[in-house]
Amino acid sequence: MAKRIGLFICWCGSNIGGVVDVPRVVEETKNYPGVAFATDYKYMCSEPGQNLIISKVKEHNLDRVVVASCTPMLHEPTFRKAIARAGLNPYMFDMANIREQCSWVHSNDKEAATQKAIALVKRALAKVSQVEPLFESSIPITKKALVVGAGIAGIQVALDIADSGHEVILLERESTIGGNMVKLDKTFPTMDCSACISTPKMVQAAQHPNITIMTYAELVDVQGYIGNFEITIKQKARYVDHTICTGCGLCTEKCPTKVLSSFELGMGKRKAIYIEFPQAVPNKPVIDPDNCRYLKNGKCGICKKLCPVGAVDFEQKDELIEEKVGAIVIATGYDLIKWEEIYGEYGYGRFKDVITGLQFERLVNASGPTNGLIQRPSDGKEPKTVVFIKCVGSRDEAKAKEYCSRACCMYTAKHAHQVIEKIEGGHAYIFYMDVRTPGKAYDEFYRRTVDEGAQYIRGRVSKIYQSGDKLVVMGADTLLGSAVHIEADLVVLATAMVPTEGSEKIAQLAGVNIDKDGFFIEAHPKLRPVETMTGGVFLAGACQGPKDIPDTVSQASGAAAKVAALLSNEEMATDPMICHIDEKMCSGCLVCKEVCPYKAISEKTITERIAGQPVERMVASVNTGLCQGCGNCTVACRAGAANLKGYTNLQLLSEVDALCR
Amino acid sequence: MRYAYFPGCSYHGTGKEYELSTHAVAKKLGMELVTIPDWSCCGATASHGKSHLLNIALPSRNLGIAEGMGIGEVTTGCAACYQQLANANKKMIENEDLRNKVNSITGKPYKGTLKVKSIVEAIGIVDPETIKSQVVKPLTGLKVACYYGCLLVRPPEITGFDDPENPMFIDNIMKLAGAEVLDWAHKTECCGASLGVSNLDVAVRMIDRILAAAVESDADCIAVACPFCHLNLDWHQKSVNRKLGKSYDIPVFYFTELLGLSMGISPDELGFKTHFTDTKKVLSVVG
Repeated sequence: MAKRIGLFICWCGSNIGGVVDVPRVVEETKNYPGVAFATDYKYMCSEPGQNLIISKVKEHNLDRVVVASCTPMLHEPTFRKAIARAGLNPYMFDMANIREQCSWVHSNDKEAATQKAIALVKRALAKVSQVEPLFESSIPITKKALVVGAGIAGIQVALDIADSGHEVILLERESTIGGNMVKLDKTFPTMDCSACISTPKMVQAAQHPNITIMTYAELVDVQGYIGNFEITIKQKARYVDHTICTGCGLCTEKCPTKVLSSFELGMGKRKAIYIEFPQAVPNKPVIDPDNCRYLKNGKCGICKKLCPVGAVDFEQKDELIEEKVGAIVIATGYDLIKWEEIYGEYGYGRFKDVITGLQFERLVNASGPTNGLIQRPSDGKEPKTVVFIKCVGSRDEAKAKEYCSRACCMYTAKHAHQVIEKIEGGHAYIFYMDVRTPGKAYDEFYRRTVDEGAQYIRGRVSKIYQSGDKLVVMGADTLLGSAVHIEADLVVLATAMVPTEGSEKIAQLAGVNIDKDGFFIEAHPKLRPVETMTGGVFLAGACQGPKDIPDTVSQASGAAAKVAALLSNEEMATDPMICHIDEKMCSGCLVCKEVCPYKAISEKTITERIAGQPVERMVASVNTGLCQGCGNCTVACRAGAANLKGYTNLQLLSEVDALCR
Repeated sequence: MRYAYFPGCSYHGTGKEYELSTHAVAKKLGMELVTIPDWSCCGATASHGKSHLLNIALPSRNLGIAEGMGIGEVTTGCAACYQQLANANKKMIENEDLRNKVNSITGKPYKGTLKVKSIVEAIGIVDPETIKSQVVKPLTGLKVACYYGCLLVRPPEITGFDDPENPMFIDNIMKLAGAEVLDWAHKTECCGASLGVSNLDVAVRMIDRILAAAVESDADCIAVACPFCHLNLDWHQKSVNRKLGKSYDIPVFYFTELLGLSMGISPDELGFKTHFTDTKKVLSVVG
């Protein structure tokens, strides 16, 4: 039966039509073998555009369709659905990308762009002449989600998914959930106490029947695919049996070893057996094996002797736990850039009184190492003159990161306000490049800080040096055009947010891409901001890019909504464009198995009749649930037995023929 | 180790002590410094303000001659000469059009095969054991503020051998010579350079800051690696005292003089006599 192709060419307003001579493309391609109908339209993706396709399919009895418009990334699903509504198999379709790959990049040469558009349309016509109907199958969905990272992003995601009725594993590598937010003192612009609004959420997560919190644990393996991930979690040895520990705190009180606390960012101490902070969840200790005297050299063991319930267990080992989940949310958050390794002009960390904004949060925090008194690290004196330097590591192409870290302008305004408010006779100087305050009630907050007397100096700091017990800050005031020297008691750096250490490994495990700075890449920067290009893997919070708390929480709820939508289905349709092995041609060499990144190919024994005798032999077999249609196997297969449905060797060759003709 | 050696214009004038002590120390360390024949002005201070091309061409002429010596590495004591030679070397290697243009101007074609090292780097990369084996009179108890100036380690894209914010090469050499080095704040602040000649009122303020920081850090002396830095910190100490009402009296040495002293070379041979500040204090500390 003769093929009846419908060809629909889109103007995309002036996006295509302003460069490509669309009527000429129709003219030049409408006589291509098999084309039964050809036309053009201003916006093919619009409702009238789609209705045009549907009516023409019916009117001209078309059996397949080509749309020449934008990238298939954008509207392939739209048009597939349209032709399905017209009664055709949705895979009897191909798209020619004459926008991103033609008009947008050749806008300075209209004639060449038109020629290229004609060639691209002919390619699509050649391909569509070879297509066959494909059918989706379905796979079951595991109705459980994994959330990696239990900062405010992860906690919010977990709560929202759990509230929608699905089970959640909330995974955290530290000994408590809470992340960076619980370290903060107040939150801008409302000055709510950070712990007062985040610790109740931690408790809520701990008590939610649908949430399983796993702290002191790391993701070590991910297998499977959307709806059906098989994950492996390493539960690090805590050396304390949390099932019997009552959290009485006797052990931490009596432990003789004190080390710098990472929770206090090196400004306070903790014991070798410790609970990070009083509101930690779970509120039970772990032993730090690098510093515990017993674990290091077999002496001490005081905690074990004193524990009234015998919960201390030095024999505990790391444990691997396997779980099945249908969706994964990455919420691994941020670290601050290691400025000590980059900024020699600020002393490479040699000056004790040059600290980061997060350290300042601990200093000013009532539950911090100084009980909320602003005391500088070197001698515990209250600083009178505090200099803040913004954009340390951010917006610095020469030495660090190009991007803006987004939260620093606001928290620096908050810190300056706190200096003025809390220190009698306190002065705050802020070196800045720009003041960026896009957010609800943000600029009002900044203005208030300026009105209170914070002195904003537009310029960079070239050097800090110690002179007696003062830090001399040398900088430029670029508005006055003069050099500035300030004798400061304390210098606070607004350091860049960077992806947290180890996020690269999580990206690898989950099969998600990261950008040049190490942040996770969303599926679309505007329209799919919480999804990734890997089905079933979602993003929340600062792991995707620097964010403040309101944006983080919004994104977390967005990711949770996506997960809830996915998990609300019993099963999901699979993409039919996957590998098919022609067993007659397969020699069973299994080179395809070697190159398959999804472990979708295995060996299978088939029985054939040769000369009337049954003969057993090995062939490759594809797991249709695991195959993602990447095509590696089709390239590797020497016999041509492996073929990608929708991109068969025959189809690709006919496209090449059409382009080269 | 052999180097093609570029003396620079101060070598028998203001920087005579540097020249003397560099050669004396190099001899002890088995470094052979072969002077580039028919060397000419490196173009420092003035040429980059006049013409970028001239600024590349002047040092490139010397690089062209040095390449013909077949030694492979060039060294020089003066920080300005080093900066000029290293900058031209980088540009000539990276930019073929510029190379062709400059070569047609200088008439001494340079192919771009040389490495340029400051004498600070050249001595700093010598095996520490070799240096220690030559130290016979360690500078025990001598507190040295090592001063690098603004050109020696900057910009890092051109110099690259030491940290541009907290350089340590001279400090490490002085430590090998037995001295106590000081962590002080003004290692790389500008001394004013040619302003010491053309605008002394500005220069004395810049010099004052450096001297004040050295004195505050309790230094017995300052070690430098540039004839201009030496001129400003040593000769102009009296200008600072006169114009700003100060009373500085801190000796300023080329680091090679102090290293030479620790190697038992006589102070006269190293040029101690031609300083403007009193060098005897240091000799008395070292003994």
